[in-house]
Amino acid sequence: MEYTEKVMDHFANPRNVGTIENASGVGTVGNAQCGDIMKVYLKIEDNIVEDAKFKTFGCGAAVATSSMATELIIGKTIDEALKITNKTVMDALGGLPPVKVHCSCLAEEALHAALWDYAEKHGITIDGLKPPEEVEH
Amino acid sequence: MNTQKPFLYFDNAATTPLHPKALDAMLPYFTERYGNPSGIYSIGRDAKKAINQAREQVATAIGANPTEIFFTGSGTEANNWAIKGVLEASREKGSHIITTQIEHHAVIYVCEELEKQAKSGGKPVEVTYLPVDSQGFVSADDLAAAIRPDTVLISIMWANNEIGTIQPIAKFAEIAHKNGVIFHTDAVQAVGHIPVSVQDSPINLLTISGHKFGAPKGVGALYIRKGTKIAALLNGGAQERNRRAGTENVASIVGMGAALEISMTEQESEFVRLTEMRDNLIDRIKTAIPKVTLNGATGKNRLPNNVNFSFDYIEGESILLLLDMNNCCASSGSACSSASLEPSHVIMALGADHEQAHSSIRFSLGRLSTYEEIDALMAILPKFIEQLRAMSPLAE
Repeated sequence: MEYTEKVMDHFANPRNVGTIENASGVGTVGNAQCGDIMKVYLKIEDNIVEDAKFKTFGCGAAVATSSMATELIIGKTIDEALKITNKTVMDALGGLPPVKVHCSCLAEEALHAALWDYAEKHGITIDGLKPPEEVEH
Repeated sequence: MNTQKPFLYFDNAATTPLHPKALDAMLPYFTERYGNPSGIYSIGRDAKKAINQAREQVATAIGANPTEIFFTGSGTEANNWAIKGVLEASREKGSHIITTQIEHHAVIYVCEELEKQAKSGGKPVEVTYLPVDSQGFVSADDLAAAIRPDTVLISIMWANNEIGTIQPIAKFAEIAHKNGVIFHTDAVQAVGHIPVSVQDSPINLLTISGHKFGAPKGVGALYIRKGTKIAALLNGGAQERNRRAGTENVASIVGMGAALEISMTEQESEFVRLTEMRDNLIDRIKTAIPKVTLNGATGKNRLPNNVNFSFDYIEGESILLLLDMNNCCASSGSACSSASLEPSHVIMALGADHEQAHSSIRFSLGRLSTYEEIDALMAILPKFIEQLRAMSPLAE
């Protein structure tokens, strides 16, 4: 199994690691059983994702996809943010080994979960956004 | 000897470098001494003689008769042969196998495959997977209680590849023997490293893998005690006394004999040296890094070359990647599973939770390991653990 240079770069020098105090939305996905847990924090102002941070327990691909997903979402409008899919993240990383594709799905889910949390907290509806699945710990 | 290593190597339980003397012994059999051991002419007889010398070297190492050593292509092949061969030869008695939850995949997956085939209309088989305690020990009482009239094979590994726990194999073999059940042990991690003998206990079958003790990859052996009922593995020529047909891998077999003989000469001193080094590494990791758990047994019940820790809040692969970027080789659980998403079945069997099982790393020492290597590892490991914990949501 080999990771691309981009994946290794985002794993070794992850962007946006950390938390956001009073975040507009926080999403946690994955579980320890599958070996990956991602927590994404978003700061949203005037419909724009001003900042994003993450914390991830997982393999190299889990860290790299979290890093890339947060990098991709910063500066986007909510509508644009919703269009970030696992494929967007994967393509931006130059691909993932087949057994690690699920990490990119998790990254997409983490962004959506954080957006859902934002929508719930602010009493708004985001078209096309589904509630995140229950997180087991 | 080469002391300038381009990388730090802590994966000797996965494989070991070929011993230079084993290589010297092998080289002629790639070139001028290329005869087929089945040939009646001189270079054929020469090759046959070389194989039989290796057979004696292997037999001597475990206290067996040379006629009881059968060369195979790997430890995995020997395990497959032991399980399938005994089951096939014991059909009239029954088809119940007893093994453990912490066996190598080369035993567990063989049993699971047989169960799968039985479910889809194949020959019947039932398998009992014995649990282990928190240090990885199988209970003799559990074993005795699991034996049934239709039990045909008990397979328990001598020493575990992930956590290094050494089982009281002689005791288990006695229990099997008293109940008239064939006893197999996967001794791949033990042979060459700790005293292993088939003289002290009624072991019927014992698996050996060459590359774990300085022999080349691609050669192993199955010890089959005289009188043990087992079907042939491969049919064809008369090689390996009609039980494992196929022209012998002469050079590798020669290398295996030579490497094992050297390992036996060095075993006592290496045992002492590596045990001290192992305990040094264990102490230093415990001292330098908070929230770690040593997986497996301690003291003389642990392989002298095995260190296995779970690092709370971190997934194993991420540690391995950071180590690899700094030219340091270690592994999670077993080398075979580093691409799978399943947590270690061995760590899970100890009663650990998924987080702990996903966070285990094995450092295994060997003939070329030095304290300088341990110093170099300890210069980077604590900061990598800290770095990864800083980004873990579990550490909050």
